Amino acid sequence: MTEFLQLLFQGLSLGATYALVALGFAVVYRSSGVINFAQGAMLLLGAYAISWLAVDLGVAFGLAVLAATIVLALGGAGLHALVLRRVVGQPTFVLVMITIGVGIAVTHGVEAAFGPDRRLLGDPWGSSAFEAGGVVVNTVKVWGIAVTALALAAYFAFDRYTRWGLAMQATAADEEATLSVGVPVRRVHAATWAMAGALATLGGLFLAGFPGAPQPALGDAALRAFPAVVVGGLGSPVGAVVGGVLIGVIEVLTSGYAPESLGTNFYAVAPYIAMIAILLVRPYGLFGARPVERV
Amino acid sequence: MRARALLIAAALVLLVLPFQLGTSALTTATFVVIAAIGATGLNVLTGYAGQISLGHAFFLAVGAYTGAKLGEDLGWSAALWIPAAGVVAGLFGALVGPIALRLSGLYLAIVTLALVFIGQHVFFNAESLTGGPQGRAFPPVFTEPLALGALLIDTNGLYYYLALALLAGATAFAWNVRRTRAGRAMVAVRERELAACVMGVDVRRVKVAAFTAAAFMAGASGALYASYLSFAQPGEWSLLLSIQFVAAVIVGGMGTVAGPLLGSAVVFALPTLLKELPFLPQEADLASIAYGLLIVVFLVLQPRGLAGLLNQPKEAHS
Repeated sequence: MTEFLQLLFQGLSLGATYALVALGFAVVYRSSGVINFAQGAMLLLGAYAISWLAVDLGVAFGLAVLAATIVLALGGAGLHALVLRRVVGQPTFVLVMITIGVGIAVTHGVEAAFGPDRRLLGDPWGSSAFEAGGVVVNTVKVWGIAVTALALAAYFAFDRYTRWGLAMQATAADEEATLSVGVPVRRVHAATWAMAGALATLGGLFLAGFPGAPQPALGDAALRAFPAVVVGGLGSPVGAVVGGVLIGVIEVLTSGYAPESLGTNFYAVAPYIAMIAILLVRPYGLFGARPVERV
Repeated sequence: MRARALLIAAALVLLVLPFQLGTSALTTATFVVIAAIGATGLNVLTGYAGQISLGHAFFLAVGAYTGAKLGEDLGWSAALWIPAAGVVAGLFGALVGPIALRLSGLYLAIVTLALVFIGQHVFFNAESLTGGPQGRAFPPVFTEPLALGALLIDTNGLYYYLALALLAGATAFAWNVRRTRAGRAMVAVRERELAACVMGVDVRRVKVAAFTAAAFMAGASGALYASYLSFAQPGEWSLLLSIQFVAAVIVGGMGTVAGPLLGSAVVFALPTLLKELPFLPQEADLASIAYGLLIVVFLVLQPRGLAGLLNQPKEAHS
């Protein structure tokens, strides 16, 4: 039982981080219909930016996180303004391929600048932990869950109660109609990319926390968050959060309980198998809307 | 008329190429042509039928391991195991087709992505077939150079010509299928699935056929690719390989006949060429950075691909 609780806690913690990353995917997909394959590179860049500011420059950690988040948000908006805006109207997959290209360039750029080795994150938590009911609880994981909850609450409040949130919902529902009532749709798109950058930084921060570290392979985590956003339903922020937590728990539980006969590292593919199973029953995910077709 | 002249000129250039290139350049050219076979398959699936697949590397792997099993372990001749690799991969493609019926667009892309990850897990663990993480040897097609009178073609050149012949077959298939009932049905599904369905197109059959054809060509391409490498680890069949194929199809020009070869030339030769540029320092992986940026810049400037640049008269977007 203790082992189960331990794994469940770790799963929830990982799931919270996946939820952040998946929300980044969902926000962009909802507004522009693009799956952002550069999300992994963005969270890698975010984690390295925090590490560089906090360790190399000695900036206070909270300040480093804030600065990195702002820089990545600007970077996301810049990516939209400089690149993606210019290919509006092309097939979706051209846009997706562009994000893949950006991802490749940024990932290798980070590796060229900082080298292939693990770095220090510079966080105040390190490997510190306490015990609660036989479960070892890492401080960084508690912070991860708390910050995720806060970020999610802030996002949903923003989406529900502000003019910009409303503009995002409207853009998602019908871009042309939104444009015709005077909403600056282009800036709305840029804002969603900025959000994706900010969410990626927070995701990168907690993925790089103990026992992880800023290292070039960190970006692969975004690939593991794909099932999360698909299970939840592309373009559904609520679905992204539910899917993220679900996939995190599935991944950690299979890493603990999968029998030897399923092969080594089965936990890495378990989320994908779960995703296929769910999609075969619900082709648009748990919370995704089936598009209505007009004949 | 212009299309025919271009085609003949291109064929001539491709035929004399081995005599003009050094060994390393010929190796690169051979990889490009082998990849173009697989890209032609993906072009039928994505360019014609509009189904996005990130799982191409999986079908290449199926073809490669079928070739290894039949050619190396059972001792079949290459005339048998190359087609067999295509057939087995095609069967796997036919299995994926029905899933594509339930999913569309980027959902399909991510499920095919799952295919790559699950495939890699299986390949890393199925040691008797794949050699596990250490990898395994693949059977050679040619072991001796061929003498045609005074003309001596080494094994490198022979691989090139074999790949070229297969590519010619694949291209002829892709070119002709466009003008058949099946090809038009694919384009109809791409343009508007519901409308195609209402017009009486059997969407299920079209999608399964497109996946099967794409997987068949990927399988043949993969078998030849692994054989030319002569040794490969399961890590070879990664997401990056799939992405390279998608990039080749998009950069070349989706749904065009010349697109796969042009795109493969850019995508698969570029990393090698960039590594050889004297002014790029070699220690940092600048070639990969340049590669990513080139994809971005190219697609922003020319989203319809290289074939769109040539303004081909015979385009699929008619």
